[in-house]
Amino acid sequence: MSRIDAFKDLLRNKSATLGMVIILLIAAVAAVGPGLAPYDPIMPAPLDRLQGPSTSHLFGTDSLGRDIFSRVIYGCRISLMIGLISVSISLVPGTLLGLLAGYFGKWPDSVIMRLMDVLLAFPAILLAIFITAILGPSLTNTMIAVGVVYIPHYARIVRSSVLSLREQLFIQAIGHLGGSHTRILLGHVLPNALPPIIVYATLGMGTAVLQAAALGFLGLGAQPPQPEWGAMLSEGRQYIQIAPHVAAFPGAAILLLVLGFNLFGDGLRDVLDPSLRSR
Amino acid sequence: MPLGYLSRRLFHLALILFGVSVLVFLMLRMIPGDPAQLLMGEYATPEELARLRAQLGLDQSYPAQFWIYLKNILQGDFGKSLRTGAPIVDEIGVRLLATLELTLAAMLIATFFGVAAGVVSSVKQYSVFDYGAMFFALIGVSMPIFWLGLMLIYFFAVKFPVLPMMGRISMGLEVPSVTGLVVIDALLAGEFGGFGNALTHLILPSFTLATIPMAIIARITRSSMLEVLNKDYVRTARAKGMHEAVVILRHALRNAFLPVVTVIGLNLGLLLGGAVLTETIFSWPGLGRYVVDSLMGRDYAAVQGCILVFAGLMAVINLAVDLIYALLDPRIRVHE
Repeated sequence: MSRIDAFKDLLRNKSATLGMVIILLIAAVAAVGPGLAPYDPIMPAPLDRLQGPSTSHLFGTDSLGRDIFSRVIYGCRISLMIGLISVSISLVPGTLLGLLAGYFGKWPDSVIMRLMDVLLAFPAILLAIFITAILGPSLTNTMIAVGVVYIPHYARIVRSSVLSLREQLFIQAIGHLGGSHTRILLGHVLPNALPPIIVYATLGMGTAVLQAAALGFLGLGAQPPQPEWGAMLSEGRQYIQIAPHVAAFPGAAILLLVLGFNLFGDGLRDVLDPSLRSR
Repeated sequence: MPLGYLSRRLFHLALILFGVSVLVFLMLRMIPGDPAQLLMGEYATPEELARLRAQLGLDQSYPAQFWIYLKNILQGDFGKSLRTGAPIVDEIGVRLLATLELTLAAMLIATFFGVAAGVVSSVKQYSVFDYGAMFFALIGVSMPIFWLGLMLIYFFAVKFPVLPMMGRISMGLEVPSVTGLVVIDALLAGEFGGFGNALTHLILPSFTLATIPMAIIARITRSSMLEVLNKDYVRTARAKGMHEAVVILRHALRNAFLPVVTVIGLNLGLLLGGAVLTETIFSWPGLGRYVVDSLMGRDYAAVQGCILVFAGLMAVINLAVDLIYALLDPRIRVHE
């Protein structure tokens, strides 16, 4: 399938289109954030604290009187950045390890995959919590922690693709013609192993956003006064009885962004990897 | 099941657990600061610190320290809690049962509703129910469960106060502990008041925790059912004039169940992770909340113990899933 055909299929896929629209909308909001936000997201306004949604404060205000709508808008940028950076941190080493394990087999495969098994033995959120505890609570460390946790997932997916590609005639032919391992791996194996990686990375963005928000919720992620959605939810928890809107809107924003990635990822899978097509 | 397969898997399990303990050991050594200082506080004298370091083996080389650490954990000694002074293994024991109660309840809910929704969706493919159920399943996997928990608390404990907001059982109510699972213990003791009370406490946290696995199980049941519903044996069963319910439940669902069983097993691991968040929201006195509290209190020995227990549980669950799968489907053993 050519790239243009794949793109046309993607546009015809309702799930992918809806997901793409949601992601693009949030990306647009992130891009023009300061222009859209009616108030400063950081500056406290004690006289306005814990106000419910109204025309002057669409999503109400938090315990310091800050406008939640403005903070949610600024949070778009942070959450998208978390998704992109965390996934890159998992994707690059994970793909490399999967390529090496699958292509060379034997002891490199055993060593790499046993190491990955060890990482997979931890519940993901727990390992992320542990890593953040070591590195110290911050947004950067959250992205590193979430990225490291998912390296084994990419390694496994890439390895299984490489295992089947390695046996294909065209790969073997390049080897017989004198192609170097690097050329075979990067020039031929990797491009053919890309579809499942792209699908997983898209779905992984949603997972990364969720995990980072969970760390923020536990107080280990972005630190105040950063308008990160998970951290905002954590603050809202204290006021759930008297001001549920403080938690409701940041949570809904997380849900919407993750839903966008999941819809787009599902659609991409249907187009790029028909063998995994959900019926 | 061939013994070779079983022993290979057990060896693999031991290898992973060893790797986990090495990793946890190394990671704890990377935490900035002196553990002895952390334990004794900032007013400890250098002599006291040196004595504690020697006592904990911290003055020895890393390999020697690792050996002591490994020997201790193999004997079930995770050290003492910095915050309470109690042996960590005892603290974990009590909390593990609370986590198991919550996890099992969530698994039951997720399996029952997930399979039911998946079956109905597949039988009524492309109906309003199918679209609705799959839409909710998609929402379910996209939802931050800590947010869902808070919203459930708001609606069912604050706005319409029909369920308790937190804890395992109301203050003042006591149930004699037999299994450590309060709901079961209340039933065993014949205390129906306590049973009802514990059950109402269990509803919100277990539904919160069940959401993601429920959504995953519904999706996999649907796609697995759709595959078998077109098979010849299902058509034959219908042609014989069997009741539709019998065809669906006995002929189709039984054959579609293999991938569902795997997903249910794999989700137990997901539930253990989810318990960390759910227990924090609902103040459920389980292992997940304990690990977060220990982390906040910089009680690293307790954190280490919890992580080892969680990883051990995950590894055992994964092994059990693989073994059950191999028992159910002999082709897997052949490929192995």
